[in-house]
Amino acid sequence: MNRISRRRFLKIAGFGAGAAALAAASTRRLSGAIPAGTAGVRTVPTYCDICFWKCNAVAHVRDGQLWKIVGNPDDPLCQGRLCPRGTGGVGAHFDPDRLRAPLMRRKERGEEKWVEVTWDEALGYIAERMQTIKAKYGPEAVALFSHGIGGTFLKHTLRAYGITNSAAPSFAQCRGPRDVGFNLTFGEEIGSPERTDIRNARCLVLIGSHLGENMHNTQVQEFAEANGNGATIIVADPRFSIAASKAQHYLPVKPGTDLALLLAWMNVLVTEGLYDTDYVTQHGYGFDYFKAELAQYTPEWAYPETGIAPEIIRATAREMARHRPATLVHPGRHATWYGDDTQRSRAIALLNALLGSWGRKGGFYYPSSMDVPAYPYPPYPQSARGKVDNPKQRFPFATETITTGIREATITGQPYPVKGWFVYATNLIHAMPNQEETIRAIRALDLLVVVDVIPSEIAGWADVVLPEATYLERYDDLNVETFRDPFIALRQPVVTPPADQKPNWWIARELALKLGLGAYYPWHDIEEYLDFRLKGAGLSLAELKQKGLVRGPQQPLYFEDGVPAEFPTPSGKIEFYSTQLKDAGFDPVPRYTRPADGPPGTFRLLSGRAPVHTFSRTQSNPVLRDAMDENEVWVNGDVGARLGLHSGDYVRLRNQDGVVSDRVKARVTAAIRPDCVYMVHGFGHTSKGLRSTFGKGASDAQLMTRYAVDPLMGGTGINVNFVTIEQGA
Amino acid sequence: MARFGMVIDTKKCVGCMDCVVACKTENDVPDGHCRDWISQRLQGEMPDLRLTITSERCNHCDSPPCVTCCPTGASHVQDFGKVVLVDHGKCIGCKACLAACPYGARFIHPDGYADKCTFCMHRVERGLAPACVDVCPTRCMYFGDLDDPESEVSRLIATRRHFVLKPDAGTRPRIFYLE
Ligand code: SF4
Ligand code: SF4
Ligand code: SF4
Repeated sequence: MNRISRRRFLKIAGFGAGAAALAAASTRRLSGAIPAGTAGVRTVPTYCDICFWKCNAVAHVRDGQLWKIVGNPDDPLCQGRLCPRGTGGVGAHFDPDRLRAPLMRRKERGEEKWVEVTWDEALGYIAERMQTIKAKYGPEAVALFSHGIGGTFLKHTLRAYGITNSAAPSFAQCRGPRDVGFNLTFGEEIGSPERTDIRNARCLVLIGSHLGENMHNTQVQEFAEANGNGATIIVADPRFSIAASKAQHYLPVKPGTDLALLLAWMNVLVTEGLYDTDYVTQHGYGFDYFKAELAQYTPEWAYPETGIAPEIIRATAREMARHRPATLVHPGRHATWYGDDTQRSRAIALLNALLGSWGRKGGFYYPSSMDVPAYPYPPYPQSARGKVDNPKQRFPFATETITTGIREATITGQPYPVKGWFVYATNLIHAMPNQEETIRAIRALDLLVVVDVIPSEIAGWADVVLPEATYLERYDDLNVETFRDPFIALRQPVVTPPADQKPNWWIARELALKLGLGAYYPWHDIEEYLDFRLKGAGLSLAELKQKGLVRGPQQPLYFEDGVPAEFPTPSGKIEFYSTQLKDAGFDPVPRYTRPADGPPGTFRLLSGRAPVHTFSRTQSNPVLRDAMDENEVWVNGDVGARLGLHSGDYVRLRNQDGVVSDRVKARVTAAIRPDCVYMVHGFGHTSKGLRSTFGKGASDAQLMTRYAVDPLMGGTGINVNFVTIEQGA
Repeated sequence: MARFGMVIDTKKCVGCMDCVVACKTENDVPDGHCRDWISQRLQGEMPDLRLTITSERCNHCDSPPCVTCCPTGASHVQDFGKVVLVDHGKCIGCKACLAACPYGARFIHPDGYADKCTFCMHRVERGLAPACVDVCPTRCMYFGDLDDPESEVSRLIATRRHFVLKPDAGTRPRIFYLE
C-alpha cells in the first residue's frame, strides 16, 4: 500500500526515532491567554480565494483566533462542502513565510535583497517611477498581469492612469484555446465556472481532464454524483488518473494524438448514422463538407496514431451515441498542450454538436447572472496606440490579451516599449513557459511591482513588493456569479492581518491618490463602494455581511425548457464548417497533424494538478503543505525496471535544452505510458523567502523551455518538452 | 445503545484528502501528524488497471487491542456509541497502544499523550457528523449506528459488497468500505 498522506517518519517515530520531528508543535495555535471579549466561537460568511472558483464559505473564529472554514450550505457552487484547498485555506493566514511589510530592492534584480519600507515610501516611489514612464513613453508602457477577482481595484487605478495592456495567464496559458474553439463553433464560450451539466450526464467523456485531482469543486462533486448514478465514464489520458480509475472505458491515448481520436469518434458517429440528425439538420452549418472531410479519419487510420484499437474507438463512440443528448464530452480547462489546441477544442465542440448535447440536459446548460450595476466611475482615458500583445492581429481569433505577447513586446520594444509591469497574485515565473524569456523581459523594465501574499518567485525579481492581506483578512469586489443558479456573494474580513499587510483595494486607492487620480475614487472606504453597488441591486451590505450570498431565481437552462436555440456565429448556426477560419487561412474543419516525437531515449513531460494545491501559490500554506509537501515524477514501471529505478528514489530531469530540475522523487508505476513522465505543477520553489517549501520537489515550469504557439489565438502549448532521467540525485 | 461505525464508498472516493485536511483543522492536529489518511492500491497492468482508494482512520474496533494492552486504562471504550477514546490525563505516553494497533492509527501528540481519531465525538454529541464525513465533496462517507438496522450505514452494509481492513487481525473493525 502506498500511503500518500501519512509520513513514513510517523510510522517509526513511536519507537524512539524522529523525536525532533515530533517536537515541532502546531504553528497554528498560539499559546497564551484568550484576549478579552473574544471567548467562544464566532462565524463569518465569505468566499474562498484559494482558487478562482470562489466557493462560498463560513469561517469560524474561536477565542479570537481563526479556527476553521467550511462550505456555506446556501451556496449552489459548493453545496456546503469546500474542496481540500479551501478547507486548508486557514493556513494562508498562518503561513510563516508570508510577506509582512513593503519591500524595496537594494541589490540587483532577482538577488532577493530587500529593505523594509513604509507603505508611504513604497507607493510614493512607485508613483514617481510611473510618472517618469508616462512622461517618456506614455501610460501604455505600463502593463498589468493579474489573476483573480482581487485585481479589480488595481486594474481600475491603472486604467485611470492610462494603461491598455492587461492580461491574465488564464487565457494564453490555460483555457483560451477551449473558449475560442467553442466560440468558433457555437458562438459562445464555456466560461468559468464551466457550463457543463455533469450532474445530469448519462455519459461523461474526459480527455486529459483529471477531475478529482483537479479539484474545481462543483465539477468534482457533480462527477461523483454522475458516477454514483451509474453514468458511463470514458477517459482518454496517457496516465491512469483518478478519473480514469472511475471509468468503464479507459483509453491510454498516445500523448498529443487526442485530435486523431476525436476525429475517429466523429467518423464513427457519422458513418454509422448514430449522430443526432434532427439537431444537426436544424442547427448545423456546412455539415456536408464536414462529413466529406471526416471520411478519411477511420478508426483504422486512428489506431497507429493514438494506440487505441479500432474496436474500442467504435465501442466508445456507440456508447456516447446511446446516451445522447445527455453525453457530455468535457471541454477541459487547462487546454494549452500542443499548439493546435483551438482546433482540438473545436473538434470537442463538434463532437458535442453531433451528440446534440449543447443546450441540452446532461450536456451544456445556459448559465445566467443577476444584475448588479457597475460603480459609476469617470470614463478612463482613451489611447490611440492599441495593445502590444497582438500586433497586426497576427492571432486573429484571440479574444483576450496574451500575456506572452506583452512579454515579447517588453523584450523587443515593438510595437512600442513596455517599461513597467504590475503583477498581481500570479507567479509569472511558474505561470508562463520559458523562464529565461520572462527574465529577459524583466531586465528590460524600469519598474516591476509585485502585489502578493507570499514571496513568490516573481516577487523575487521585483523592485517593490507589496504585501497583501489574505482573503480571510479583506474585502474584495462582489462576486456576481454566472452559473446554473445565479447569486451575488461577498468576501469580507474574518480576522485582521498579522502584520503590515493591506487589502488590495486600499493599495489601489492609495496609489491612485499618489498619482493624482483621486477623482476615480469617490468612495473612501470599500464598505461604501460595496453598499452603493448592492443598493443598485436592491440589496445592502448589511444583508450580505450576514448571509454571505443572495441567490437569484434560476432561469431556463436548456433548449427544452425555453432557452432560444440561437448561435451567435457568422452563419447563426453551429459551424461544422467555419468560413471565418477559412477566410483567415486556417482549416475550416479541424485537421490532424502528427505531433513531433522527442529525441530517442527521452520522455514527453506532462503536468497536472494535485487536489491539495493551487498553481504555485499554496505550497507554503502549513495545512496544505502537511497534506502534500513535495511532488513526484511518475515513471512507467517497465522504464523504471530498465533503469533500475524504484519509487522513492530521487532523480533529476534534464530537458532537451539542457535545463536540469531540482531533485524530485520518482513514482514508478504501471499507471503511466512508457513514452511520457508526469508531475504535479507548482513545486520546486526557488524563492529564498519561501523557506518552508524551498527546494521541495521539482518545477515543471522550469523544464518548459519550449512552447508551441497556437496560430489562432496565441496560446502557449507546453506538452512539447522532453526529458531524460538522471539518477542518484 | 448505539454502536457507531462508518461506511465509505470507494467507488466515489477520489482520494482528494479533504477528509484529512478537515480533520486537521477541526481537531487542531499538530503539524506532521494526522488522524486520518489516504491509502491507494493499484493492481493490474495498463490498460486493465484497478485503483482502490481508502480513507483510513481508527476503526473503533469491537475487539480493540489498543484498549486491552493499555496499562493505565487511558485507552477505553466509552459507553456512548462504543467509541474507542484516550483519556489524555491518564495516558503516560508509553506507546503500548501504538504497537498494538494493526492499522497505525495512533501517534503521540507533542503534549505527550496517545492521540487518534475520536469519531469527532464533540460534534456527534451535538448532532453533527464527524468533520471528515461532513466535508467530503464526493459525499462518499456515511456515519451512524451499526446496531440500528434502519440506519443508512446498516442498510448500505446489508445491500452493497464491502470489505474491512485487515480482517484477519481479529480486531473486528467498524469502518466498512463499499466496493
Ligand atoms: S474549489 Fe476549493 S479552493 Fe477553489 S474556491 Fe472552491 S473551496 Fe476554494
Ligand atoms: S474527502 Fe471524500 S473523496 Fe476526498 S479522500 Fe476523503 S473520503 Fe475520499
Ligand atoms: S484501529 Fe487501532 S487504535 Fe483504533 S480501535 Fe482499532 S486497534 Fe485501537
